[in-house]
Amino acid sequence: MAIRWTDYPAAPHHDELIAPGGAPRHGAEAVARHLESLGISELTVRQKAAEAAVKAMGITFTVYHEEGGSIDRAWPLDIIPRVIEAAEWRRIDAGLRQRARALNLFIDDIYHAQRIVNDGVFPRQYLADSVNFRSQCVGINPPLGVWAHICGSDLVRGADGTMYVLEDNLRVPSGVSYMLENRQVIKRVFPELFEENTILPVDDYPSQLYDMLRAIAPPGIDKPEVVVLTPGIYNSAYFEHAYLAQQMGCELVEGRDLVVDKDDCVHMRTIDGWSRVHVIYRRIDDLFLDPEAFRPDSTLGVPGLLRAWRAGKVALANAPGAGVADDKLVYTFVPAMIRYYLGEEAILPNVPSYLCAEPDQLQFVLANLANLVVKPTNESGGYGMLMGPRSTEQEREEFSLLVRANPRNYIAQPVLQLSTVPTLIDQQIEPRHVDLRPFILSGSEVQVTMGGLTRVAMRRGSLVVNSSQGGGSKDTWIVETSK
Amino acid sequence: MLSRVADNVYWLARYVERAENLARLVEVNASLMLDLPRELAPGWQSLITITGSQERFDELGKSTSERDIIRFLLAEPDNQGSMVSALAQARELARTLREILPREVWEHLNGLALYVNERANDAVDKRTRHGFLRYVILATQSLTGMLEGIVSEGPALWFMALGRNIERADMTSRIVDVRALGMLPAQGSAMGPFATIQWMSVLRSLSGYQMYRIKTGQRVYPAGVVSYLLADTDFPRACVCCLRRAQEVLLRLPNSQSLVSRVQQLRDGIAATSFELLDGDAVHQYIDQLQLSLAAIHDDIRQTYFLAGLAAVHPGAGESQSQA
Repeated sequence: MAIRWTDYPAAPHHDELIAPGGAPRHGAEAVARHLESLGISELTVRQKAAEAAVKAMGITFTVYHEEGGSIDRAWPLDIIPRVIEAAEWRRIDAGLRQRARALNLFIDDIYHAQRIVNDGVFPRQYLADSVNFRSQCVGINPPLGVWAHICGSDLVRGADGTMYVLEDNLRVPSGVSYMLENRQVIKRVFPELFEENTILPVDDYPSQLYDMLRAIAPPGIDKPEVVVLTPGIYNSAYFEHAYLAQQMGCELVEGRDLVVDKDDCVHMRTIDGWSRVHVIYRRIDDLFLDPEAFRPDSTLGVPGLLRAWRAGKVALANAPGAGVADDKLVYTFVPAMIRYYLGEEAILPNVPSYLCAEPDQLQFVLANLANLVVKPTNESGGYGMLMGPRSTEQEREEFSLLVRANPRNYIAQPVLQLSTVPTLIDQQIEPRHVDLRPFILSGSEVQVTMGGLTRVAMRRGSLVVNSSQGGGSKDTWIVETSK
Repeated sequence: MLSRVADNVYWLARYVERAENLARLVEVNASLMLDLPRELAPGWQSLITITGSQERFDELGKSTSERDIIRFLLAEPDNQGSMVSALAQARELARTLREILPREVWEHLNGLALYVNERANDAVDKRTRHGFLRYVILATQSLTGMLEGIVSEGPALWFMALGRNIERADMTSRIVDVRALGMLPAQGSAMGPFATIQWMSVLRSLSGYQMYRIKTGQRVYPAGVVSYLLADTDFPRACVCCLRRAQEVLLRLPNSQSLVSRVQQLRDGIAATSFELLDGDAVHQYIDQLQLSLAAIHDDIRQTYFLAGLAAVHPGAGESQSQA
């Protein structure tokens, strides 16, 4: 069966590949032509080949099984790539770097002089109510002044074509391994397109990550020992932890492998005895990191780890307390932060947001619940949200009680019509909604992945892109065009 | 290498080796049942004793029929020592070792564990038993070959070799034990004509018949086979050969001096034993002792290298750091 882009229902959303009327967007011409030349049946064959490659390469994610165990599922990948023209990407890249710089300055300020609070730019009571503010981190000077070394910011494009930042994940963002593996698979599926086009490579990430981690080692260490700290095989991102450790050639450790000495140094137990660790890329949440400092019932962490970090004997990435900026209320202040710390205007806009903590905005939100998305400020993964247009009267009533009881805990946003990308569904090409998660590394310099992980909602009309809830993924191509 | 990882790698190899030897154990007993006249055949119950699983077997309340015993040894998920459990545990360990194991190894092991899980009942049926057991032996052998063929020299490979050889020495001694029990009435005239054929099948079940002939140039006779399978330095499934290989690996590992000499002691002891003079009962007792020595070596390895055995506190840490 032939593919005719003129029949493709791009409207009413912004489609990333096809403009209304069926013409390919700038940068996507070659892909669109190539897909046409292949036709549906050949495309289906290649989709099957991609799925077989995913299986053979062992690219999995873990979902919890109903019966208590956990199982590995093959990573879902749709072969039609999402294309972004390099010129546009350069602007996004600059916007993300600007954002990461401002966020790190904000976190450092919050744990020191709190100038932004004293100057009245960030309200003091918001800080006092923040659940991710860690008093244990006050006055600490992490190497290079960086707290959020690895940031995953979610981008979405609205119906008008504007790329917005939806949220910044500064705790333990995941997904980068799938970005890297998707490219490996898609190169096998469309080798001819990679030969004929300038698709910018993504493979540098593990080396950049490793270099950044080495750069934050305590001073005076010639060959720092860098490790990845995982909660263990039952964590949904365990594949990624193992993958990154392997790609960087460093040890993948669990909490029980590490011990903090009386002199505040961290050691891991090896077959040769004890061996000092200088940098920990930790994939365990703050509260589970050190039972002495945070949750005493945590068995995942290392007793004394925070003490070692405070003493400057070990570097932690991300630094404890970095999550203070991973809060949807703080998010609404990022453009103000950029202005305050950098004296610049934000290159990438936020999604317009209403703060329920502000009485007048709260009134607007409550009066317009049916048209808004209401989000708790401290949850991730889409939990505890109200999708106004799809809610029932009763749900809205219940939610308005929740919001009134704790307005600090909620923000509201207009429902965004996320952009779409052509996706292979049951031997047809249909538009499906996507987002994009680039990863930003902050060390002595700030670097952004070339593109990021595109997640796609596989059900028609759905905006849920999470892989645990039936979301898929796409390779993301940053394409250099000659024009 | 991390102690926890070394521990996992060591056990991964032990579990895979255990699965292979369980297949060999069942096979040697099955052939014994075919070879011997009904009144002399030892039945299947001895396998429960020999695998050290009597207690669990009683708890599960199984009958002592051939079917139940084979199912217990190979297919019973509630028996920690069954083939299904051994491979399931190997697979779980391999999952934690993905960053050091080549993908092919994981895929192969995964496939084997799934196969045994689905097909273990084939071993219960006499007609499909042999095919199933041969498949398991072949698949575990190819896994071992894969490790040798594509994993770089280093602690991961060494700890796997260590685990494999300790487990193999132990299981070979158990397989000899099966037949040694059959040796008991060897002095009696009824056993005479069957002795040779029995011990040939022991050798065959360990794939060692040809190697025995080449090495010894002798006919197959009970003490000769016992001596060969326990004391030969070159046959890969003979206890002393396993110990020698474990020793070679230990020499490459740190802090191994006392372990190396402990293994040497056991080797010397076996080499100095004259198996010609032992009857079946004495062989059985000898093998009991041998298994205790192997367990002591395992314990030593654990104390020297693995998490559970290490003092939990850094030597310089003082008393304030005690933890479980």
